[in-house]
Amino acid sequence: MTRFSVLLRKDLREQWRTLRMPVVAIIFFVVGLGSPVLAKYTPELLKGAGGNIQITIPTPELKDAIDQLIKNLGQVGPFAAILLAMSAVARERERGTLALVLSKPVTPSAFLGSKFVALLATLGLAVVVASIAAFAYTTLLFAQPPVAGFVACCLLILLGIMVFAAITFLASTLLGSTLPAAGVGLGAYILTAIISIDARLGQFMPNGLSDPARALALGNSPPHLWISLLANLFWIVAMLVGSWLVFRNQEFGS
Amino acid sequence: MTDAAIVCQDLVKRYGDVTAIDHLDLIVPRGSVFGFLGPNGAGKSTAIRLLTGLARATEGSAQVAGYNVGRESIALRQQISYLDQQPHFYDWMRGRELLEFVGQLFGLTGTRLRTRVDEVLTLTGITEAAHRKVGGYSGGMRQRLGLAQALINQPEVLFLDEPVSSLDPAGRHDLLQIIEQLRGSTTVFMSSHILADVERICDRVAIINHGRLVVEATVEELQARYALPIFVLQVEKAVETTVIALTERIRKRPWTTSLTVDRDEIRVGTADVEVAGPELLRLIAESGVQLIRYERIRPSLEDIFLRLVSDTPEATAR
Repeated sequence: MTRFSVLLRKDLREQWRTLRMPVVAIIFFVVGLGSPVLAKYTPELLKGAGGNIQITIPTPELKDAIDQLIKNLGQVGPFAAILLAMSAVARERERGTLALVLSKPVTPSAFLGSKFVALLATLGLAVVVASIAAFAYTTLLFAQPPVAGFVACCLLILLGIMVFAAITFLASTLLGSTLPAAGVGLGAYILTAIISIDARLGQFMPNGLSDPARALALGNSPPHLWISLLANLFWIVAMLVGSWLVFRNQEFGS
Repeated sequence: MTDAAIVCQDLVKRYGDVTAIDHLDLIVPRGSVFGFLGPNGAGKSTAIRLLTGLARATEGSAQVAGYNVGRESIALRQQISYLDQQPHFYDWMRGRELLEFVGQLFGLTGTRLRTRVDEVLTLTGITEAAHRKVGGYSGGMRQRLGLAQALINQPEVLFLDEPVSSLDPAGRHDLLQIIEQLRGSTTVFMSSHILADVERICDRVAIINHGRLVVEATVEELQARYALPIFVLQVEKAVETTVIALTERIRKRPWTTSLTVDRDEIRVGTADVEVAGPELLRLIAESGVQLIRYERIRPSLEDIFLRLVSDTPEATAR
Protein backbone atom coordinates (compact mmCIF):
# COMPACT_ATOMS: atom_id res chain seq x y z
CA MET A 1 0.00 0.00 0.00
CA THR A 2 1.51 3.35 -1.00
CA ARG A 3 1.46 6.39 1.29
CA PHE A 4 -0.94 8.04 -1.16
CA SER A 5 -3.45 5.20 -0.85
CA VAL A 6 -3.09 5.15 2.97
CA LEU A 7 -3.79 8.88 3.07
CA LEU A 8 -6.61 8.63 0.54
CA ARG A 9 -8.33 5.89 2.55
CA LYS A 10 -8.02 8.08 5.64
CA ASP A 11 -9.38 11.15 3.84
CA LEU A 12 -12.31 9.20 2.37
CA ARG A 13 -13.14 7.72 5.80
CA GLU A 14 -12.96 11.22 7.24
CA GLN A 15 -15.37 12.55 4.58
CA TRP A 16 -17.78 9.76 5.43
CA ARG A 17 -17.41 9.64 9.23
CA THR A 18 -17.66 13.41 9.64
CA LEU A 19 -20.86 13.16 7.52
CA ARG A 20 -19.62 15.55 4.84
CA MET A 21 -19.96 12.97 2.09
CA PRO A 22 -23.50 11.79 2.97
CA VAL A 23 -24.78 15.32 3.64
CA VAL A 24 -23.49 16.66 0.32
CA ALA A 25 -24.89 13.60 -1.47
CA ILE A 26 -28.34 14.13 0.08
CA ILE A 27 -28.35 17.83 -0.88
CA PHE A 28 -27.39 16.97 -4.46
CA PHE A 29 -29.99 14.20 -4.54
CA VAL A 30 -32.68 16.72 -3.62
CA VAL A 31 -31.39 19.15 -6.26
CA GLY A 32 -31.28 16.40 -8.89
CA LEU A 33 -34.74 15.18 -8.02
CA GLY A 34 -36.18 18.66 -7.76
CA SER A 35 -34.85 20.05 -11.06
CA PRO A 36 -37.18 18.19 -13.49
CA VAL A 37 -40.08 18.57 -11.03
CA LEU A 38 -39.48 22.32 -10.87
CA ALA A 39 -39.24 22.52 -14.66
CA LYS A 40 -42.52 20.62 -15.02
CA TYR A 41 -44.62 22.43 -12.45
CA THR A 42 -43.19 25.98 -12.44
CA PRO A 43 -45.62 27.13 -15.21
CA GLU A 44 -48.60 25.82 -13.26
CA LEU A 45 -47.34 27.45 -10.07
CA LEU A 46 -46.93 30.75 -11.92
CA LYS A 47 -50.42 30.45 -13.39
CA GLY A 48 -51.83 29.82 -9.94
CA ALA A 49 -49.92 32.75 -8.46
CA GLY A 50 -50.99 35.10 -11.26
CA GLY A 51 -54.69 35.20 -10.21
CA ASN A 52 -56.74 37.01 -12.92
CA ILE A 53 -53.66 38.02 -14.91
CA GLN A 54 -53.35 36.13 -18.18
CA ILE A 55 -49.89 34.49 -18.36
CA THR A 56 -48.86 32.55 -21.42
CA ILE A 57 -46.14 30.06 -20.67
CA PRO A 58 -44.99 27.49 -23.19
CA THR A 59 -45.45 23.86 -22.23
CA PRO A 60 -42.28 22.61 -20.50
CA GLU A 61 -40.07 20.30 -22.52
CA LEU A 62 -37.06 18.05 -21.98
CA LYS A 63 -34.67 20.94 -22.59
CA ASP A 64 -36.27 22.90 -19.72
CA ALA A 65 -35.60 20.01 -17.33
CA ILE A 66 -31.96 19.86 -18.49
CA ASP A 67 -31.62 23.64 -18.19
CA GLN A 68 -33.03 23.53 -14.68
CA LEU A 69 -30.59 20.77 -13.67
CA ILE A 70 -27.56 22.61 -15.09
CA LYS A 71 -28.67 25.85 -13.44
CA ASN A 72 -29.34 24.28 -10.04
CA LEU A 73 -26.18 22.19 -9.90
CA GLY A 74 -24.25 25.18 -11.24
CA GLN A 75 -25.39 27.13 -8.17
CA VAL A 76 -25.35 24.53 -5.41
CA GLY A 77 -22.25 22.70 -6.69
CA PRO A 78 -19.71 25.55 -6.40
CA PHE A 79 -20.91 26.38 -2.89
CA ALA A 80 -20.57 22.76 -1.80
CA ALA A 81 -17.11 22.64 -3.42
CA ILE A 82 -16.02 25.82 -1.62
CA LEU A 83 -17.32 24.57 1.75
CA LEU A 84 -15.54 21.25 1.38
CA ALA A 85 -12.27 22.54 -0.09
CA MET A 86 -11.83 25.46 2.31
CA SER A 87 -10.94 23.04 5.10
CA ALA A 88 -8.95 20.55 3.03
CA VAL A 89 -5.48 21.72 4.10
CA ALA A 90 -6.28 24.66 6.38
CA ARG A 91 -8.22 22.58 8.89
CA GLU A 92 -5.31 20.16 9.26
CA ARG A 93 -3.11 23.15 10.00
CA GLU A 94 -5.62 24.75 12.37
CA ARG A 95 -6.17 21.60 14.43
CA GLY A 96 -2.46 20.70 14.44
CA THR A 97 -2.66 17.35 12.65
CA LEU A 98 -0.36 18.50 9.82
CA ALA A 99 2.72 17.92 11.99
CA LEU A 100 1.42 14.46 12.95
CA VAL A 101 1.27 13.40 9.29
CA LEU A 102 4.20 15.35 7.88
CA SER A 103 6.66 14.12 10.51
CA LYS A 104 6.07 10.71 8.87
CA PRO A 105 7.56 9.70 5.50
CA VAL A 106 4.88 11.49 3.47
CA THR A 107 5.58 13.61 0.39
CA PRO A 108 3.72 16.88 -0.25
CA SER A 109 2.29 15.45 -3.47
CA ALA A 110 0.87 12.37 -1.67
CA PHE A 111 -0.64 14.56 1.05
CA LEU A 112 -2.23 17.07 -1.34
CA GLY A 113 -3.14 14.45 -3.94
CA SER A 114 -5.10 12.38 -1.44
CA LYS A 115 -6.96 15.45 -0.23
CA PHE A 116 -7.97 16.53 -3.73
CA VAL A 117 -8.97 13.04 -4.84
CA ALA A 118 -11.11 12.71 -1.70
CA LEU A 119 -12.78 16.01 -2.63
CA LEU A 120 -13.32 14.75 -6.17
CA ALA A 121 -14.81 11.52 -4.77
CA THR A 122 -17.24 13.36 -2.50
CA LEU A 123 -18.37 15.83 -5.15
CA GLY A 124 -18.33 13.11 -7.82
CA LEU A 125 -20.58 10.86 -5.73
CA ALA A 126 -22.90 13.81 -5.12
CA VAL A 127 -23.12 14.59 -8.86
CA VAL A 128 -23.74 10.89 -9.64
CA VAL A 129 -26.56 10.77 -7.07
CA ALA A 130 -28.05 13.99 -8.44
CA SER A 131 -27.71 12.74 -12.02
CA ILE A 132 -29.45 9.44 -11.34
CA ALA A 133 -32.32 11.19 -9.58
CA ALA A 134 -32.59 13.82 -12.32
CA PHE A 135 -32.41 11.22 -15.11
CA ALA A 136 -35.14 9.11 -13.53
CA TYR A 137 -37.53 12.01 -12.95
CA THR A 138 -36.79 13.65 -16.30
CA THR A 139 -37.63 10.35 -18.00
CA LEU A 140 -40.77 10.04 -15.89
CA LEU A 141 -42.03 13.60 -16.39
CA PHE A 142 -40.71 14.40 -19.89
CA ALA A 143 -38.78 11.95 -22.03
CA GLN A 144 -35.63 9.90 -21.68
CA PRO A 145 -32.54 11.95 -22.58
CA PRO A 146 -29.76 10.20 -24.52
CA VAL A 147 -27.83 8.25 -21.85
CA ALA A 148 -24.31 8.92 -23.16
CA GLY A 149 -25.05 12.60 -23.71
CA PHE A 150 -26.61 12.93 -20.25
CA VAL A 151 -23.57 11.29 -18.65
CA ALA A 152 -21.26 13.64 -20.58
CA CYS A 153 -23.39 16.59 -19.44
CA CYS A 154 -23.05 15.56 -15.80
CA LEU A 155 -19.28 15.10 -16.16
CA LEU A 156 -19.01 18.65 -17.53
CA ILE A 157 -21.05 19.92 -14.59
CA LEU A 158 -18.67 18.10 -12.24
CA LEU A 159 -15.68 19.61 -14.06
CA GLY A 160 -17.08 23.10 -13.53
CA ILE A 161 -17.64 22.39 -9.82
CA MET A 162 -14.10 21.04 -9.45
CA VAL A 163 -12.65 24.32 -10.76
CA PHE A 164 -14.07 26.09 -7.71
CA ALA A 165 -12.86 23.24 -5.50
CA ALA A 166 -9.35 23.64 -6.94
CA ILE A 167 -9.29 27.43 -6.49
CA THR A 168 -10.45 27.11 -2.86
CA PHE A 169 -7.99 24.25 -2.34
CA LEU A 170 -5.10 26.52 -3.39
CA ALA A 171 -6.38 29.23 -1.06
CA SER A 172 -6.70 26.72 1.77
CA THR A 173 -3.06 25.67 1.23
CA LEU A 174 -1.76 29.19 0.78
CA LEU A 175 -3.65 30.96 3.56
CA GLY A 176 -3.81 28.12 6.09
CA SER A 177 -7.14 29.31 7.40
CA THR A 178 -10.61 28.10 6.44
CA LEU A 179 -12.65 31.31 6.32
CA PRO A 180 -10.25 33.34 4.15
CA ALA A 181 -10.03 30.31 1.85
CA ALA A 182 -13.83 30.29 1.55
CA GLY A 183 -13.68 34.02 0.80
CA VAL A 184 -11.31 33.41 -2.10
CA GLY A 185 -13.60 30.65 -3.41
CA LEU A 186 -16.64 32.92 -3.28
CA GLY A 187 -14.64 35.73 -4.88
CA ALA A 188 -13.67 33.41 -7.72
CA TYR A 189 -17.34 32.40 -8.16
CA ILE A 190 -18.40 36.03 -8.50
CA LEU A 191 -15.46 36.94 -10.71
CA THR A 192 -16.03 34.06 -13.14
CA ALA A 193 -19.73 34.99 -13.30
CA ILE A 194 -18.79 38.57 -14.23
CA ILE A 195 -16.22 37.45 -16.81
CA SER A 196 -18.81 35.07 -18.30
CA ILE A 197 -20.98 38.04 -19.28
CA ASP A 198 -18.60 38.30 -22.23
CA ALA A 199 -19.44 35.22 -24.31
CA ARG A 200 -15.93 34.91 -25.80
CA LEU A 201 -14.17 35.04 -22.42
CA GLY A 202 -16.95 33.06 -20.78
CA GLN A 203 -16.13 29.89 -22.68
CA PHE A 204 -12.86 29.69 -20.72
CA MET A 205 -14.72 29.87 -17.42
CA PRO A 206 -16.68 27.14 -15.58
CA ASN A 207 -19.92 28.78 -16.78
CA GLY A 208 -18.70 28.19 -20.33
CA LEU A 209 -19.32 24.48 -19.83
CA SER A 210 -23.10 25.01 -19.57
CA ASP A 211 -23.77 25.32 -23.32
CA PRO A 212 -21.87 22.19 -24.37
CA ALA A 213 -23.34 20.29 -21.38
CA ARG A 214 -26.90 21.25 -22.43
CA ALA A 215 -26.27 20.32 -26.05
CA LEU A 216 -24.81 16.93 -25.11
CA ALA A 217 -27.72 16.08 -22.79
CA LEU A 218 -30.17 16.82 -25.61
CA GLY A 219 -28.20 14.81 -28.14
CA ASN A 220 -27.08 17.88 -30.09
CA SER A 221 -23.66 18.92 -31.32
CA PRO A 222 -21.91 20.78 -28.45
CA PRO A 223 -20.55 24.30 -29.13
CA HIS A 224 -16.96 25.17 -28.08
CA LEU A 225 -16.72 21.85 -26.17
CA TRP A 226 -12.97 21.36 -26.45
CA ILE A 227 -12.04 24.94 -25.68
CA SER A 228 -14.15 24.96 -22.51
CA LEU A 229 -13.07 21.46 -21.51
CA LEU A 230 -9.35 22.16 -21.90
CA ALA A 231 -9.57 25.62 -20.33
CA ASN A 232 -11.27 24.28 -17.21
CA LEU A 233 -8.91 21.32 -16.97
CA PHE A 234 -6.08 23.83 -17.25
CA TRP A 235 -7.48 25.85 -14.30
CA ILE A 236 -7.66 22.75 -12.14
CA VAL A 237 -4.13 21.59 -13.01
CA ALA A 238 -2.75 25.10 -12.51
CA MET A 239 -4.36 25.39 -9.07
CA LEU A 240 -3.06 21.99 -8.02
CA VAL A 241 0.48 22.74 -9.21
CA GLY A 242 0.24 26.08 -7.38
CA SER A 243 -0.88 24.28 -4.20
CA TRP A 244 2.03 21.86 -4.47
CA LEU A 245 4.57 24.67 -5.03
CA VAL A 246 3.23 26.57 -2.03
CA PHE A 247 2.98 23.53 0.22
CA ARG A 248 6.47 22.16 -0.41
CA ASN A 249 7.96 25.47 0.71
CA GLN A 250 5.89 25.77 3.87
CA GLU A 251 7.01 24.93 7.39
CA PHE A 252 4.90 23.05 9.90
CA GLY A 253 4.49 22.38 13.57
CA SER A 254 3.31 24.40 16.52
CA MET B 1 30.47 10.18 13.10
CA THR B 2 28.97 6.69 13.48
CA ASP B 3 28.35 6.93 17.25
CA ALA B 4 26.32 10.09 16.89
CA ALA B 5 22.58 9.92 16.29
CA ILE B 6 22.27 13.69 15.85
CA VAL B 7 24.90 16.09 14.59
CA CYS B 8 24.14 19.80 14.23
CA GLN B 9 26.73 21.99 12.57
CA ASP B 10 26.42 25.73 12.80
CA LEU B 11 22.64 25.49 12.60
CA VAL B 12 20.85 28.82 12.24
CA LYS B 13 17.13 29.57 11.99
CA ARG B 14 15.94 33.12 11.45
CA TYR B 15 12.39 34.43 11.26
CA GLY B 16 12.87 37.88 9.76
CA ASP B 17 15.02 39.79 12.22
CA VAL B 18 14.58 37.23 14.98
CA THR B 19 17.24 34.57 15.32
CA ALA B 20 15.51 31.56 16.88
CA ILE B 21 18.52 29.23 16.61
CA ASP B 22 21.93 30.85 16.64
CA HIS B 23 24.83 28.75 15.30
CA LEU B 24 23.92 25.60 17.19
CA ASP B 25 26.58 22.86 17.28
CA LEU B 26 25.46 19.69 18.95
CA ILE B 27 26.36 16.00 18.98
CA VAL B 28 23.96 13.51 20.54
CA PRO B 29 25.37 10.01 21.15
CA ARG B 30 23.47 7.07 19.70
CA GLY B 31 21.23 5.26 22.20
CA SER B 32 21.35 8.03 24.78
CA VAL B 33 18.51 9.84 26.50
CA PHE B 34 19.35 13.46 25.82
CA GLY B 35 17.75 16.34 27.70
CA PHE B 36 17.34 19.60 25.83
CA LEU B 37 16.74 22.43 28.26
CA GLY B 38 16.11 26.11 28.05
CA PRO B 39 13.71 28.79 29.26
CA ASN B 40 10.53 29.59 27.34
CA GLY B 41 11.35 30.96 23.91
CA ALA B 42 14.92 29.68 24.04
CA GLY B 43 14.46 27.83 20.73
CA LYS B 44 13.90 24.26 21.94
CA SER B 45 10.80 23.56 19.83
CA THR B 46 12.31 25.31 16.82
CA ALA B 47 15.41 23.11 17.07
CA ILE B 48 13.23 20.00 17.23
CA ARG B 49 11.22 21.16 14.21
CA LEU B 50 14.47 21.72 12.29
CA LEU B 51 15.79 18.29 13.22
CA THR B 52 12.54 16.54 12.25
CA GLY B 53 12.36 18.29 8.89
CA LEU B 54 9.20 20.23 9.76
CA ALA B 55 11.14 23.50 9.35
CA ARG B 56 14.14 24.44 7.22
CA ALA B 57 17.41 25.83 8.53
CA THR B 58 18.48 29.28 7.34
CA GLU B 59 22.15 28.24 7.59
CA GLY B 60 24.16 25.24 8.67
CA SER B 61 23.35 21.58 8.45
CA ALA B 62 22.10 18.71 10.55
CA GLN B 63 22.31 14.94 10.31
CA VAL B 64 19.88 12.70 12.13
CA ALA B 65 20.17 8.89 12.09
CA GLY B 66 22.82 9.28 9.39
CA TYR B 67 20.57 11.27 7.05
CA ASN B 68 20.93 14.87 6.01
CA VAL B 69 17.83 16.60 7.34
CA GLY B 70 17.25 18.90 4.36
CA ARG B 71 18.24 16.62 1.49
CA GLU B 72 17.07 13.17 2.64
CA SER B 73 13.86 14.18 4.29
CA ILE B 74 11.70 11.14 3.45
CA ALA B 75 14.38 8.55 4.30
CA LEU B 76 15.05 10.45 7.53
CA ARG B 77 11.39 10.49 8.56
CA GLN B 78 11.21 6.72 8.09
CA GLN B 79 13.79 6.37 10.89
CA ILE B 80 12.59 8.98 13.38
CA SER B 81 9.48 9.88 15.31
CA TYR B 82 8.18 13.01 16.90
CA LEU B 83 5.79 13.77 19.72
CA ASP B 84 4.56 17.33 20.04
CA GLN B 85 4.08 18.92 23.46
CA GLN B 86 0.34 18.99 22.76
CA PRO B 87 -0.28 16.11 20.40
CA HIS B 88 -3.13 16.62 17.95
CA PHE B 89 -5.03 13.75 16.41
CA TYR B 90 -8.02 13.05 14.20
CA ASP B 91 -10.70 13.02 16.88
CA TRP B 92 -13.10 10.98 14.76
CA MET B 93 -10.65 8.05 14.74
CA ARG B 94 -10.47 5.35 17.38
CA GLY B 95 -7.17 4.85 19.18
CA ARG B 96 -6.29 1.61 17.40
CA GLU B 97 -7.38 3.05 14.07
CA LEU B 98 -5.00 6.00 14.50
CA LEU B 99 -2.10 3.71 15.33
CA GLU B 100 -2.89 1.53 12.31
CA PHE B 101 -3.00 4.62 10.11
CA VAL B 102 0.38 5.83 11.38
CA GLY B 103 1.84 2.32 11.07
CA GLN B 104 0.68 2.13 7.46
CA LEU B 105 2.41 5.45 6.75
CA PHE B 106 5.61 3.73 7.88
CA GLY B 107 4.89 0.85 5.50
CA LEU B 108 3.64 -1.67 8.08
CA THR B 109 0.87 -4.00 6.90
CA GLY B 110 -1.02 -7.14 7.87
CA THR B 111 0.09 -9.17 10.88
CA ARG B 112 3.20 -7.07 11.40
CA LEU B 113 1.06 -3.96 11.72
CA ARG B 114 -1.47 -5.54 14.08
CA THR B 115 1.28 -7.03 16.27
CA ARG B 116 3.13 -3.73 16.50
CA VAL B 117 -0.08 -1.84 17.34
CA ASP B 118 -0.79 -4.33 20.13
CA GLU B 119 2.78 -3.91 21.42
CA VAL B 120 2.68 -0.12 21.62
CA LEU B 121 -0.81 -0.16 23.12
CA THR B 122 0.45 -2.47 25.86
CA LEU B 123 3.66 -0.50 26.35
CA THR B 124 1.80 2.78 26.80
CA GLY B 125 -1.02 1.24 28.84
CA ILE B 126 -3.96 2.28 26.66
CA THR B 127 -5.12 -1.12 25.39
CA GLU B 128 -8.45 -0.70 27.20
CA ALA B 129 -9.12 2.61 25.46
CA ALA B 130 -8.02 1.46 22.00
CA HIS B 131 -11.56 1.09 20.72
CA ARG B 132 -12.72 4.47 21.94
CA LYS B 133 -12.77 7.61 19.83
CA VAL B 134 -9.66 9.76 20.31
CA GLY B 135 -11.89 12.81 20.78
CA GLY B 136 -12.96 11.39 24.15
CA TYR B 137 -9.43 10.82 25.48
CA SER B 138 -8.15 12.73 28.51
CA GLY B 139 -4.95 14.81 28.28
CA GLY B 140 -2.89 12.01 29.80
CA MET B 141 -4.33 9.41 27.46
CA ARG B 142 -3.67 11.64 24.47
CA GLN B 143 -0.05 11.93 25.56
CA ARG B 144 0.18 8.13 25.89
CA LEU B 145 -1.41 7.73 22.47
CA GLY B 146 1.07 10.28 21.14
CA LEU B 147 3.94 8.24 22.49
CA ALA B 148 2.38 5.03 21.12
CA GLN B 149 2.18 6.49 17.61
CA ALA B 150 5.72 7.80 17.94
CA LEU B 151 7.01 4.34 18.83
CA ILE B 152 5.14 2.41 16.17
CA ASN B 153 8.06 2.45 13.69
CA GLN B 154 10.63 1.52 16.38
CA PRO B 155 12.43 4.78 15.62
CA GLU B 156 16.14 5.18 15.67
CA VAL B 157 15.72 8.69 17.06
CA LEU B 158 12.69 9.80 19.04
CA PHE B 159 12.02 13.54 19.47
CA LEU B 160 9.87 14.45 22.44
CA ASP B 161 8.86 18.08 22.90
CA GLU B 162 7.87 18.61 26.56
CA PRO B 163 6.43 15.09 26.77
CA VAL B 164 5.35 15.17 30.42
CA SER B 165 4.29 18.79 30.86
CA SER B 166 0.56 18.04 30.73
CA LEU B 167 0.60 14.86 32.80
CA ASP B 168 -0.28 14.21 36.42
CA PRO B 169 2.48 12.73 38.67
CA ALA B 170 1.40 9.13 38.01
CA GLY B 171 1.26 9.72 34.26
CA ARG B 172 4.65 11.43 34.37
CA HIS B 173 6.15 8.51 36.27
CA ASP B 174 4.78 5.98 33.78
CA LEU B 175 5.89 7.94 30.74
CA LEU B 176 9.40 8.44 32.13
CA GLN B 177 9.63 4.72 32.82
CA ILE B 178 8.76 3.99 29.19
CA ILE B 179 11.40 6.47 28.02
CA GLU B 180 13.96 4.86 30.31
CA GLN B 181 13.18 1.48 28.76
CA LEU B 182 14.17 2.88 25.37
CA ARG B 183 17.72 3.70 26.51
CA GLY B 184 20.27 1.86 24.40
CA SER B 185 17.90 0.90 21.59
CA THR B 186 16.53 4.34 20.67
CA THR B 187 18.10 7.76 20.93
CA VAL B 188 15.67 9.98 22.82
CA PHE B 189 15.97 13.74 22.32
CA MET B 190 13.71 15.30 24.91
CA SER B 191 12.98 18.90 25.73
CA SER B 192 11.51 19.55 29.15
CA HIS B 193 10.86 22.16 31.78
CA ILE B 194 10.72 19.60 34.54
CA LEU B 195 14.37 19.46 35.48
CA ALA B 196 13.98 16.81 38.16
CA ASP B 197 12.74 14.44 35.44
CA VAL B 198 15.62 15.32 33.16
CA GLU B 199 18.07 14.82 36.01
CA ARG B 200 16.50 11.44 36.68
CA ILE B 201 16.50 9.90 33.22
CA CYS B 202 18.87 11.81 30.92
CA ASP B 203 22.41 10.68 30.20
CA ARG B 204 23.41 14.05 28.83
CA VAL B 205 21.86 17.49 28.75
CA ALA B 206 22.23 20.59 26.65
CA ILE B 207 21.07 23.98 27.84
CA ILE B 208 20.19 26.64 25.27
CA ASN B 209 19.24 30.24 25.80
CA HIS B 210 18.23 32.74 23.12
CA GLY B 211 18.92 30.04 20.52
CA ARG B 212 22.52 29.59 21.62
CA LEU B 213 24.03 26.51 23.20
CA VAL B 214 25.15 27.46 26.68
CA VAL B 215 26.51 24.09 27.76
CA GLU B 216 26.35 20.40 26.86
CA ALA B 217 27.52 17.65 29.21
CA THR B 218 26.39 14.82 31.48
CA VAL B 219 24.45 15.86 34.57
CA GLU B 220 27.40 14.77 36.72
CA GLU B 221 29.86 16.79 34.65
CA LEU B 222 27.64 19.82 34.99
CA GLN B 223 27.42 19.38 38.72
CA ALA B 224 31.18 19.00 38.94
CA ARG B 225 31.87 21.88 36.58
CA TYR B 226 29.38 24.48 37.70
CA ALA B 227 28.40 23.46 41.16
CA LEU B 228 29.97 25.27 44.03
CA PRO B 229 29.50 22.90 46.96
CA ILE B 230 27.32 24.10 49.78
CA PHE B 231 27.62 23.15 53.44
CA VAL B 232 24.41 23.28 55.46
CA LEU B 233 24.75 23.72 59.22
CA GLN B 234 21.66 23.46 61.41
CA VAL B 235 22.35 24.85 64.88
CA GLU B 236 20.64 25.11 68.25
CA LYS B 237 18.55 28.36 68.39
CA ALA B 238 19.14 29.13 72.05
CA VAL B 239 22.72 30.31 71.59
CA GLU B 240 22.24 33.22 69.21
CA THR B 241 25.34 35.22 70.18
CA THR B 242 27.64 32.31 69.61
CA VAL B 243 25.99 31.67 66.25
CA ILE B 244 26.63 35.28 65.21
CA ALA B 245 30.26 34.95 66.29
CA LEU B 246 30.57 31.70 64.32
CA THR B 247 29.11 33.17 61.13
CA GLU B 248 31.47 36.15 61.38
CA ARG B 249 34.46 33.80 61.64
CA ILE B 250 33.26 31.71 58.70
CA ARG B 251 32.61 34.81 56.59
CA LYS B 252 36.21 35.92 57.01
CA ARG B 253 37.71 32.66 55.74
CA PRO B 254 39.22 32.95 52.23
CA TRP B 255 37.42 29.83 50.96
CA THR B 256 33.94 31.21 51.75
CA THR B 257 32.12 32.35 48.63
CA SER B 258 28.68 32.85 50.15
CA LEU B 259 27.01 32.69 53.51
CA THR B 260 23.34 32.90 54.32
CA VAL B 261 21.57 32.50 57.63
CA ASP B 262 17.92 31.51 57.66
CA ARG B 263 16.59 30.98 61.22
CA ASP B 264 18.61 28.05 62.54
CA GLU B 265 20.20 27.13 59.21
CA ILE B 266 23.53 28.46 57.95
CA ARG B 267 24.41 27.79 54.30
CA VAL B 268 28.06 28.18 53.39
CA GLY B 269 29.15 28.20 49.78
CA THR B 270 32.78 27.43 49.10
CA ALA B 271 35.20 27.28 46.21
CA ASP B 272 37.61 24.97 48.02
CA VAL B 273 35.81 22.04 49.54
CA GLU B 274 39.01 20.22 50.58
CA VAL B 275 40.07 23.03 52.89
CA ALA B 276 36.61 24.23 53.91
CA GLY B 277 35.27 20.88 55.12
CA PRO B 278 37.75 20.20 57.98
CA GLU B 279 38.15 23.87 58.84
CA LEU B 280 34.40 24.39 59.18
CA LEU B 281 34.18 21.54 61.65
CA ARG B 282 37.06 23.02 63.64
CA LEU B 283 35.41 26.45 63.72
CA ILE B 284 32.12 24.93 64.91
CA ALA B 285 33.88 22.96 67.64
CA GLU B 286 35.78 26.07 68.82
CA SER B 287 32.63 28.24 68.83
CA GLY B 288 30.74 26.01 71.22
CA VAL B 289 27.63 26.08 69.01
CA GLN B 290 25.45 23.02 69.41
CA LEU B 291 25.20 21.42 65.98
CA ILE B 292 22.01 19.56 64.99
CA ARG B 293 22.87 18.85 61.38
CA TYR B 294 25.98 19.15 59.22
CA GLU B 295 25.65 18.31 55.52
CA ARG B 296 27.42 18.93 52.26
CA ILE B 297 24.86 19.12 49.44
CA ARG B 298 25.14 18.91 45.67
CA PRO B 299 23.24 21.56 43.79
CA SER B 300 20.40 20.24 41.65
CA LEU B 301 20.22 20.55 37.88
CA GLU B 302 17.68 23.30 38.51
CA ASP B 303 20.28 25.32 40.49
CA ILE B 304 22.75 24.93 37.63
CA PHE B 305 20.14 25.69 34.99
CA LEU B 306 19.06 28.89 36.72
CA ARG B 307 22.64 29.95 37.18
CA LEU B 308 23.60 29.26 33.55
CA VAL B 309 20.62 30.90 31.92
CA SER B 310 21.03 33.97 34.09
CA ASP B 311 24.83 34.09 33.55
CA THR B 312 24.69 34.30 29.76
CA PRO B 313 25.46 37.73 28.28
CA GLU B 314 21.93 38.00 26.86
CA ALA B 315 20.38 37.31 30.22
CA THR B 316 22.70 39.76 31.92
CA ALA B 317 21.82 42.43 29.39
CA ARG B 318 18.09 42.07 30.13
